[in-house]
Amino acid sequence: MEARAVALQKQLRCLVCQGESLDESNAPLAADLRGVIRERIAAGNSDQQVKQYLVDRYGDFILMKPPLKNETYLLWFAPLGLLVIGGAIVTAVVLGARNRAGRSTNPS
Amino acid sequence: MTGEIGQLALSLALALAIMQAGAGLFGARANGARAAAIASSSALGLFVFVALAFGALIFAFLKSDFSILDVAQNSHTAKPLLYKFTGAWGNHEGSMLLWVFVLSVYSAFIAIAQRGGERLTSAALGVQGLLAVAFLLFIIFTSNPFLRLDPPPFEGAGLNPLLQDPGLAFHPPMLYIGYVGLSAAFAYAAAALITRKADGEWARAARPFMLAAWIALTLGITLGSWWAYYVLGWGGFWFWDPVENAALMPWLIATALLHSALATERTGAFRTWTLLLSILGFSLSLIGTFLVRSGVLTSVHAFANDPERGFFILIMLALAIGGALTLFGWRAPQIGEGSAFQPVSRETALLLNNLLLTVAAAIVFLGTLYPLALDALTGQKISVGAPYFAITFAPVFVALLILVPFGPRLGWRRGDLKSALRTLAPALGAAAVVAVAIFAIVAPHSLSGALAFALATWLIGASAIDLFRRNRERALNWGGAASALAHAGLGITLIGIAGTTIWRSEATDVLSPGKSLPLAGYELRLRDVVNVQGPNYFATRAYVDAMRNGRVVATLTPEKRLYPAEGQAATNTAIRTTGFSDLYVALGDERGHGRWVIRAYINPLAPFIWFGGGLMALGGLGSLFSRLRLRTVRTAAYAAAE
Repeated sequence: MEARAVALQKQLRCLVCQGESLDESNAPLAADLRGVIRERIAAGNSDQQVKQYLVDRYGDFILMKPPLKNETYLLWFAPLGLLVIGGAIVTAVVLGARNRAGRSTNPS
Repeated sequence: MTGEIGQLALSLALALAIMQAGAGLFGARANGARAAAIASSSALGLFVFVALAFGALIFAFLKSDFSILDVAQNSHTAKPLLYKFTGAWGNHEGSMLLWVFVLSVYSAFIAIAQRGGERLTSAALGVQGLLAVAFLLFIIFTSNPFLRLDPPPFEGAGLNPLLQDPGLAFHPPMLYIGYVGLSAAFAYAAAALITRKADGEWARAARPFMLAAWIALTLGITLGSWWAYYVLGWGGFWFWDPVENAALMPWLIATALLHSALATERTGAFRTWTLLLSILGFSLSLIGTFLVRSGVLTSVHAFANDPERGFFILIMLALAIGGALTLFGWRAPQIGEGSAFQPVSRETALLLNNLLLTVAAAIVFLGTLYPLALDALTGQKISVGAPYFAITFAPVFVALLILVPFGPRLGWRRGDLKSALRTLAPALGAAAVVAVAIFAIVAPHSLSGALAFALATWLIGASAIDLFRRNRERALNWGGAASALAHAGLGITLIGIAGTTIWRSEATDVLSPGKSLPLAGYELRLRDVVNVQGPNYFATRAYVDAMRNGRVVATLTPEKRLYPAEGQAATNTAIRTTGFSDLYVALGDERGHGRWVIRAYINPLAPFIWFGGGLMALGGLGSLFSRLRLRTVRTAAYAAAE
C-alpha cells in the first residue's frame, strides 16, 4: 500500500510549491494530500480512481503528466510532428548535397 | 557621490553605445574605414563606462550605502563581505547591469580582436551596439540601480538567504557570460548578412565567442543543478522548472550551433543552419531573460500587474528576433549554394545532430510555455512536469547519444560507415556487456538503467577509441582531444544521473539524541542538536555520526538557519562525498521533547553528474585554446594567400 501511495505521490504536484511533487514537498497541504491518497487507497480505490478524485477537486493542474485531451493534443503530438518535419528537411538537404556532389564530379 | 557617478557613467555609456551602433553599421560598407575605427573606439569606451557604473554599484554594496535604494532593498551590514559583493547582482537592477557589463566586455574583445576583417567586425559591433542601446535604455528607464532613497535607512533589508551561498552567488555571472556570448554569435551572424559575406569566414571569426558562451552555459547549468541538489533538501538535481529550462534551451541550441559552425568553417556547409541557429540561440537567451525576469512564470496575471518591464523586454525580443529574421530573409539569396557531400559523411552526422538538438530544444520550449499559453488563452491550468519530458525529450536525446560517436569517425564530404563501425566495435561490445551485466546482476528489471549505462559506456568507450586512433594516425590535435573529452564528459554525467536515479536509497525517522537510523550499511546516529550563531544567522545544528561496523566514519552537520534581517529560514544539508557516492543528511522539523526529523539519502554516483559537466566545460576550454593558438598561424596564412 505504501509503495502504491509513494508511486502516486510522485505523479501528483504539490499545489502550493514551485514544481515539487507531493512526494518531495514539506508543505502542510502536501502532507494533507498524502493522507488523502492513503485514505482513498484504503477505501479500495484504484490508482486511476484516486487520481480522478483529486483532479475532480483540484483540476488537471495537480497531475504532473498533462492529460491527453483536445487542448493538449498539440503538446503531446508536436514533438513527433517536429521530428517528422525535421526528418524531411534533413532528407532534402542530404539529397541536394549528394546531387551537387554528383554534378561536380560529372562534367556533363 | 557613488550613485551620481554610476548614473553619469550609465548616461555616457548610452551615448557611446549609440555611437557604436551607428558607426558600426556605417563602417560595414566598403568605404567605411573611418566609421569602423570609430565603432571600435566606441566599443572600448562603452566598456570603460559600463565598468565604471558596475564598479560604482559594487562599491555601494561593499560600503553598505543605504542611500541607494537598490542597496537598501538587497543588502545588510551583517552580511559577509563575499555576499555583499555578489549581492550586487543578486537583484533585478544589478543583474541587468551585469548583463550590459558582460555585453560590453564581449564588444571590447570583438573590437580588439578584429576577427574576420574590418567590415565584419564593424557590422558585428554595430549590432552589439544596438543591443547595448536597448539594454541601457531598459536599465535607465525601468530598472535603474542608482535610484536614491531619502532619508537613508540605518539598515538594509538583506539578501535572500538562498543567494548567500557560493554556488548560487556565481551562477548568474556564469549564465550571463553564456547568454551574452550568444549575442556575440548573433552579432557576427547578422554582420555576415549585412556585409553579404555569409561563407565560412564569419563562423570562424565567431567561434571563440560561441565556445565561450557554450562553456559558460555548461558551467552555469552544472552549478545551478549542484546548488539545487545540496540546498533544496531532497537530493534532486533537475526539476524541469521553467527557470532551469530557460537555461537549458540556449545550451541545446549553443551545442547545435558549435557543431554546425564547425561544418560551415571547414567546407562552407550549413551556412543557413548556422546563421539561423545563431539567431535562435540568442533569441532563446532573450526569451530566457524575459521568462525569468518578468514574473510571467509565477502567474500570467502577476506579469500583467507590473507590465512595464515585461513589455519592454517583449518589445526588445520582437525587434531583435523580427529584425534578424527579416534581415535573413532579405539577404538569403546571397547566402549561396549549399555544399556537396555524400549521404554517409561527417556533414550528415552533424546535420542529424542539428536536427535532434533543435527538436529537443523545441520540446523543452513547448513544455515550458504550453501551460502559460493555455492559461492565457483558455484559463485552464495544467502542469507539464518530469513525466512529460521523460516521454518526449528522453527518446530524442537517447537517439542523439547513440549517434554522437559516429561524427568524429566519418570523413568530411565522404565517410566510410563500415570502417567507422569496425573501429567503434569494441565500444559497442563493451556497451552490450555492461547492459546485460547491469540488467541481470546489479539492477534487475531496470531496463532504463541498463540502457543508460550502456549508452554511457558507448560514449566513453568511443571517445577513448577516437583518441587512440587519432594518436596512431598522427592526427591528434587539441581540437580532436577536446571534443573526445567533452563527449566522454557527457557519458560520465549520464552515469551519474543513472546511478542516482536507480540506486538511490532513503530513510527518514524522528530521532532523539542517541538514537540512530539505518541506511544502506550506515548507522546514522544523532549525537546532539545545538544552537549556533553565524555572521548573520541563527542556526540549529544537528551532529549526526555516520557509522559503519560500529566505527564513526564521518560526522555530518545539517542545519536549519534563520536569517533575522531578512526574516527567512533556510535548510543547509550535510553531504559526505566519497567522489563515487554521496551520503546526504537533512534536518527536518522538531517534533517536541528534543526529537527531530532526520532525512537521509544515499545517492550513488551523484558526484559524476557534476564531474561530467566539468569535463565537458574542460573540453570546451581545450577547443577554445586550440582556436586561439591557431589564430596567429591562420592570420599569417590568409595574409599570404591574399
